[in-house]
Formats: sequence, C-alpha cells, structure tokens
Amino acid sequence: MRSTRARVSEVTRRDVERALTGRGRTVGETIFTLLLLLTLIVALAVLIVLLFNVARTAIPVLRERGSVIFNNGYSSLPANAGIKQALIGSLYLMVFVAVLAVPLGVGAAIYMEEYARDTKLTRFINTNIRNLAGVPAIVYGILGLAVFVELLKPLTGPGTVEGKSLLAGGLTIALMVLPIIIITTQEALRAVPRSIREGGFGVGATRWEVVRSHVLPSAAPGVLTGSVLAMARALGETAPLIMVGAVTGFLATKGGILEALQQRFTALPTLIFAYVKKPQQDFQDLAAAAILVLIVLIFVVNLAAILLRNRYERRW
Amino acid sequence: MAQAVVDGRVTVEALRGNARRLRRERAMRGLFFAAASLSVVITAAIILSLAGGAIDFLSKVELSTLWSEGWFPRRNLFDVKTIFAGTLIVSVIAMFVAAPLGLGAALYLSEYAKPRARRSLKPILETLASVPSVVMGFFALRFISPEIVQRFFGSDVPIFNLLSAGIAVGLLVTPLVASVAEDSMHAVPNALREASFGLGARRRATSLHVVAPAAVSGISAAIILGVSRAIGETMIVAIVAGGTGGSLFNLSPLKGGQTMTAAITALATGSDQVRGSGPAYPSLFFVGLLLFLITLGLNLLSERFVRRVRRQY
Repeated sequence: MRSTRARVSEVTRRDVERALTGRGRTVGETIFTLLLLLTLIVALAVLIVLLFNVARTAIPVLRERGSVIFNNGYSSLPANAGIKQALIGSLYLMVFVAVLAVPLGVGAAIYMEEYARDTKLTRFINTNIRNLAGVPAIVYGILGLAVFVELLKPLTGPGTVEGKSLLAGGLTIALMVLPIIIITTQEALRAVPRSIREGGFGVGATRWEVVRSHVLPSAAPGVLTGSVLAMARALGETAPLIMVGAVTGFLATKGGILEALQQRFTALPTLIFAYVKKPQQDFQDLAAAAILVLIVLIFVVNLAAILLRNRYERRW
Repeated sequence: MAQAVVDGRVTVEALRGNARRLRRERAMRGLFFAAASLSVVITAAIILSLAGGAIDFLSKVELSTLWSEGWFPRRNLFDVKTIFAGTLIVSVIAMFVAAPLGLGAALYLSEYAKPRARRSLKPILETLASVPSVVMGFFALRFISPEIVQRFFGSDVPIFNLLSAGIAVGLLVTPLVASVAEDSMHAVPNALREASFGLGARRRATSLHVVAPAAVSGISAAIILGVSRAIGETMIVAIVAGGTGGSLFNLSPLKGGQTMTAAITALATGSDQVRGSGPAYPSLFFVGLLLFLITLGLNLLSERFVRRVRRQY
C-alpha cells in the first residue's frame, strides 16, 4: 500500500514539476501544430501551383499573339482564334446581375429583415432562400432551359436562335446569384443596430423612409461586397450557360447589349470549356490564355470586394 | 404635411399621417414583398420544370433500361446505378481530400494563427473559393491527372479518370469547408478555452476536446455542405472524369466514368446531344430531379445543424 502511494505521488510530482518548469511544449503538441499548419499550406499551395501552371503556358501565348487573341472571336483555326466575343459576353452577363439580381435581391432582403414579422410564411421563405443558395448551378441551367429557352422562346429568341439567347443566359445567371445577394444583404442589414432605426422612427419617419435614409446607408458596404462577390460568381459559372446553349463563337458585338439580347451568345468560361475539350495542343494553350484572363478578372473583382469590406466595415 | 398640433390640441386626424407618404410606404412594402416571394416562385419553377421533364421521361422509357449495364442515352440505356456510382466515387474522394484539409486549416486559423495572420490568410482562402470550376477542371486535366494520379498509379491509368476528378473537386470544396467550420470554431466563446487552459490543458487538448466538440454542429454543417457541393459540381467531371458518350457500370476510381452532373451536360451539348421524341432528351430532367432532391436533403440537414450553433451561443 504504502509503496504504491509513494510511487503515485512520485510520478505525479515529477509530472507537475515538468509541467511547471517546461515551456509547455511537448513533441505531440509540436507535431499536431505542424500537421495543422501543413493542411493550411497545402490548401493555399493549390492556388499557387494552379496559377503557376496556368501562367507558365498562358504568358508566352499572350505575349506572342495577344493582339490576335483579344481582337478575334472563336475560330476552328487555332492561329485565328481569340476570346473577344466571350469577354464581351461575360461582361454583358455581369450587367444582368447588376441590373436585375442586385435590386431584386436587396429588395427581398429588406422585406425579410425590415418588414416581415416572424410568421410561418416568413420562416418558410427564409428556409427557401437558403436552400436556393445550395441548389447546384447546373439545376439552374435546367430551369433556364425549361423556362427561358423552351417556354419563353418567342420572347427570348424567336426563329433560328431557338431561345438560346443572351437574354435567356442572363436571366438564368441572375436567378442563380439572387440567393447569394439576398443572404449577404440580410447579414449586412442584421448588423445595423436597432438604435439607428429607432432614431428614424422617433422623428416620425415611415419604415421605408427609415430604410432609405438610415438602414441602407449603414449597410451599404456589406450590400456592395455581396453584390460584387455575386458578380465574380457570375463571371466564372459555366454549367448553367452550357445548359441554356451558350454557343462558342456567336455574339453580335455590334450595336451593344440591347441588340444582342435576342441573339445567340457566348461567355469566357464556356469558351474555355470548348477549347479545353479540343485535343490539339494549340487549343490547350489558348485555353490557358483565356483562363489567365478570366482568373485575373475574377481576382480583381474579388479584391475590390475585400478592399471595400476592409475600408468601410464598421463595428457597432 | 399635416400639422399634428392644432390650437394646442393633438387631433386623431392629424396623427394619422400624410396620405401620400403612407401610400408610398404601402407601395414599397408591396414591392419588397414581391421580391421576397420571387424566391418561392423560383423554387416552384425549378420543381415544376424538373418534374415535368422527369414524368415525360418516365412515360417514354422502358423501365427495365433504368437498371441495365450502363448509361448510354443514345442506345436508350439509362442505368441509374452507373451515374450514381460515378457521383458517389467522386464525392467520397473529394471529401477524403476536403475534410482533413478544410478542417485542419480551419482549426489552425481559429486556434493557432495570430489574429493578424488570420486576417490576411482568410481572404486568400476565400480567393481560392472563387476559382471557377472550369479552371479547376483544366488544372485537373493538365496537372493532377498526369503529375499526381499517373505518377502514383502508373501511366496505364487513363488520363480521364474519376480519381483526378475527385481530387480536383475536393480541392475546390476545401475552402468552403474551411470557411464554414472556421466560422463556427471562431464563435466558440473564449470562456470555454480559458477554462480549459486554466485546468492545465495545452492547445491541442483544448482544440480537440473543447473547441471541436463545442463547434460540432458547425463542423458537421461544413462537411454536409461540402458533400452537397461535390455532388453538384459539374465542370470538373465534365472535363476530366471521361464520361463523354456514356459509360459502363464501373466502381474503379482509376477508370473513366459518368456522374449525374456530367450526364446532364453531355445530354445538353456535345457528343450526346439528342433531340426528338425519344426518352434521351427528357432524361436530363429526370437526372436533374434526382440531383435536386439529393442536394436539397443535404442542405436541409446542414441548415438544421447550423441552427443549432446559433441557438447555443
């Protein structure tokens, strides 16, 4: 008995002494930290390897025939092929997001946060929005195919266009990013403290007046960040556009967006997909060049969103 | 503007407010409500368009072809288990990549990184999340398949294989998993950590036995969201999984295969493009419906987990 107790106390004592005098690091602790750090490094290294891999092919191609690539459209001859129409098509799609999805999304978020009482209907709409945000992009493509391309053919693209128009593509993309805009706007509105609103109500403003003059200006950075991120998403999305028939090589670049609405269209990611699928090395190089342009575009948009957030973010 | 005080008295009439302002208030409320209801309309439209096409498909197809030797829409073979197997293989591989990487990165950012490092590392991770899937598909085809998969498993592995697609999807999903998990770990109150440190636990014990259990709903939500995203991922599998033109039933990740999403794109474009009165074209709606239902179930599940985090703290 006595000897056991003595041994226990001896062991405990040693442990306590070691713990008190040591620097708190053990081998297991260090290995665990390094493992975690490794996962983070691997996750981030993917980005670097990817960029390096693309840039290594893309930069010589762009340097060699950048003017051809930026001034020409799709071609089955690699030497003449470029990305001009696709670039313009992608910018047109962003216009749809800005003009259609942002106002609708912000409006819906204002209703959910400022007007709606906590009823069953409200909770249902909220759950519904969250689920829409998780619906795979390709399902939106099928929606666009069924509704905008087939059902609304007379409106979106009569005749030989067969509904596969810029209008159909833009509407599809706008619907796809709508839930993202609603959710980010809701979060921004929720972060505005109640006292700001009460200040408005206190001087007799109606709810809309409070929203317009007090809530929206306070929430603007968050709303803007969400909208910009939605645009970045719209830039890179491919699957829904393929479903609504973005055809490589068709885009009326004369006359601007209004004339192009009912015409066939193409976008940067769909063009990349078309080039990647071709076996010839020349097209693979061209795909790398187009990817570099797309990535730079998306990173610039994302960077703008992050800077906006850091610049104007306010903590209440 | 109506005066609220007349002769020193407040009248009920005056308190009712300016009719024009009230009209505008009602109009704006109506507009906002319409915008919010649009989301319900979109869901209804998705379900109707998917179900309509799916019913059309089921009425045209011979049901025995839904369980045959492969997925070949042109030959009227619609073996559902082929595309299920492809999707399952890709998602499982993806989660074997994304779960350890995403959760490890989240734990590091939330528990180990200094606040300043966290502030600069998180945006980089979010940037990675914005890499378009078509770009990741190109990367899978040009780097992951030849440099990783073929190097480890021998060059007799075809360049188009499910393993490469799974790894690429996993890398694409990692930032999402990391971001959602990190948010929930970061939301764990500091009091819990301090209590643990106070008992003499080191950082590893605190992370694994205090923070991780406290954030378990958020971590589960992150994993489920990751699975849901992996199942719905389209462009990577369309580029590198090698399912163009259909595929035989196959369970080997080192071979090419067809996933649900790749089957849909193949039906809408390219080699499998089919029109006319046969069952091939409406089959894309049927597959779409299956995909929608699976992801919907997963999203509802993760939503439930996330709500539990919110209630707790």
